[in-house]
Amino acid sequence: MLGWELPPHNSGGLGVACMNLCKALSVAGADIHFIVPYTADHSSIDFMKVSAATPVGVKEVQQSGIAYDSFKFTDTNGYEEWVSLFDYHRMYEKSMDSIVAMGEFDVIHAHDWLTMRAAVRAKQISGKPLVVHIHATEFDRSGGNHGNPMVEEIEYMGMMMADKIIAVSEHTKKVIVEHYGIPAEKIEVVYNSIDVDIYDSVVGKNAYPYFEKMREHGYKVVMNFGRLTVQKGLYNLVQAMRIVIEKRPKTLLVFMGNGEQELELLELAAELGIGANVIFTGFQRGKNWRDMLDQSDMFVMPSISEPFGLTALEAGSYGVTTLVSKQSGVAEVMRSALTVDYWDVNEMANQILGVLNSNDLQAQLSEDVLREVSKMSWQHEADKLMNIYARYDGVYA
Amino acid sequence: MRLHTEERAIVLYLHVHQPFRIRHYTIFDAGENHAYFDAPEGDDTNNADIVRKVAEKSYYPMNERLMRMIKDNPEFKVSLSITGTVIEQFERYAPEVLESFKALVATGRVEILAETYHHSLAFFYSRQEFEAQVKMHHDKIKAVFGLTPTAFRNTELSYNNDIAYWADQAGYKAIICEGWDPILDWRSPNFVYRPAYTDNIRLLMKNYKLSDDLAFRFGNKAWEEYPLDTQKFVNWANAAWDQPILNLFMDYETFGEHQWADTGIFDFIENLPKEWLKTAGHTFMTVTEAATNFEPVDHIDVPHTITWADTERDLTAWLGNRMQHGAITALYALENAILEAKDEALTADWRKLQTSDHFYYMCTKWWSDGDVHAYFSPYQTPYIAYMNFMNAYHDIKFRLTEKGVEV
Repeated sequence: MLGWELPPHNSGGLGVACMNLCKALSVAGADIHFIVPYTADHSSIDFMKVSAATPVGVKEVQQSGIAYDSFKFTDTNGYEEWVSLFDYHRMYEKSMDSIVAMGEFDVIHAHDWLTMRAAVRAKQISGKPLVVHIHATEFDRSGGNHGNPMVEEIEYMGMMMADKIIAVSEHTKKVIVEHYGIPAEKIEVVYNSIDVDIYDSVVGKNAYPYFEKMREHGYKVVMNFGRLTVQKGLYNLVQAMRIVIEKRPKTLLVFMGNGEQELELLELAAELGIGANVIFTGFQRGKNWRDMLDQSDMFVMPSISEPFGLTALEAGSYGVTTLVSKQSGVAEVMRSALTVDYWDVNEMANQILGVLNSNDLQAQLSEDVLREVSKMSWQHEADKLMNIYARYDGVYA
Repeated sequence: MRLHTEERAIVLYLHVHQPFRIRHYTIFDAGENHAYFDAPEGDDTNNADIVRKVAEKSYYPMNERLMRMIKDNPEFKVSLSITGTVIEQFERYAPEVLESFKALVATGRVEILAETYHHSLAFFYSRQEFEAQVKMHHDKIKAVFGLTPTAFRNTELSYNNDIAYWADQAGYKAIICEGWDPILDWRSPNFVYRPAYTDNIRLLMKNYKLSDDLAFRFGNKAWEEYPLDTQKFVNWANAAWDQPILNLFMDYETFGEHQWADTGIFDFIENLPKEWLKTAGHTFMTVTEAATNFEPVDHIDVPHTITWADTERDLTAWLGNRMQHGAITALYALENAILEAKDEALTADWRKLQTSDHFYYMCTKWWSDGDVHAYFSPYQTPYIAYMNFMNAYHDIKFRLTEKGVEV
């Protein structure tokens, strides 16, 4: 299996999804060799073999911190070199020669465009079937606009060369068919999922006494977590919150994440006169992340085009009422989420107010989402994948 | 009065109802406009569209069949309940439908039952409001059809000892409810009963097995008895040859809307009297006729409310979750303020919000299990139904405060 990242060395949902999917696949009987293109300690992972893909002559690869940035290569002589993302791709691709030689396998399963070159190379060398798993496309990342054509080209190549494409939702399948021209028969939907028992419960003194105090005084907290980027439709959320706050002044909006839109959102909030109600906590993990969810009345994810949106399930697993855009894959599997068109700022405000103004509705949604999310499991999705793998038994032998 | 069963009667009772569905009514509408029930044309909640659609599929063709059944079979009779909210909508959107009901009633072979004008659950929240709505319905039926009802049905056939006691005191000769097994125990629904703690009123109980064969199973190709023809159905009915009545109670919209014309449901019902009346002693009776023609064989004790809905036969489809409870409690809490305001339009809107369908649309019983088709609803989710309702409620409150009434 070719990946880009695994927790705790992840920048977003891709690493989380890969990790949990693999865990369920191993329970279902899959023997997984997971390849990441960097050197890091993954000794806590005991259900599969994790290897770093480094081309001959390269001793170590370190990420600079953010996925879409640059990388430091250290060669066997101790010489260090920073390379760009595209060069990095080529190195991942080159490393396949030694990876393929490491042992027998039946299927190559590659996640997202970052691994596409390597995946196609692995297929060429080994002749094994290639399953390409699309968690997000460049079309989604660019917020439904034209993205980086070089990235789209790599995605297109990978999907063309794939024997089977896995999409994380019907929404994503549609994007692949409509924007990449791939025949629908080649694509199957395997949803992302969640196992709530792996999430720690909220304990101890809350990390945000401010929110605790404000809520005691009748404030309600609307929040979003994830990357602050154009794809997520957050500009519309700030616009909707202006309307909400006008009707219900005791409302706060919290952004828990980093991203290139941070300053823009901050400026917009100030411009709309709600600067005092909009709070940026930055990216948080662990207890800080859980405590913020605990202090939230509502999670809103108004993405312009969201392949899945695992964050909505995560918020739901803490009983947080969720409102997601109809352009989100997660809306297909989450019946207890409210939905709205990402562009419909008035309706977004109407539904947010509907929840914040009714304890009955908030409690009902919280109860329903918790029950629904608790029933979900990656195992079911892993079983679907195992059935897909099984179709290639013997075909290439 | 006939004591024995040399005579056997089918009691066919059909319930006609449409609610005033609430449009997509936002918090920004509240305080701005009060048109809760006026969705734009083409919208899923446009009441005129729905009534006209159901008229084409069900009311016109079924009334035509009923008229023919009356003309072709001198013994055929039918009982109807028609809510005030549906009559109002016929008057506004499909007056010819109302004319065709009037023509049926004019034959003298149709009984109309009493109920709440607004198809509400008022009995469980305010006796005063409940009685006001029953009176409104009486007046409407008198004005439109020239009839004075003598039998009573409560919304969704909700029934308990208190309702029967109330109806007895109010002078009704008959009341109807579900023939639910835990209530009947070893007894059969095919007899007349006396409600516990009452003197004069009689109880007819729905034979849900044979009623639901038509209402729910008729067009189901996976059903082992599919296709059902009149002869087979009458054979089933004749299994209870020693029992005097067969209570076939169902929604009127069974014919043409729940079971589409292409299932053959219209031909089935038209043939039913012909097939049934082939046997000597077989006849049809209205609800009141059956109740007064046969002696009650036992008394029926129903301390807890039953309805004709779902496998539970209770009120949980309307009052099962906290949205439903919160919404209905809030609405009835406005009663005194509404009376104080003495504003006709405001009272009318408040009453239209009491229609049980609004709460049914908020039902989440099977929602998160993904059973989309378990419930008919024009709304995308029960949560949206609740939000529209509560925004209308907020506007009612707004209007009350505008009139200087404390809420």
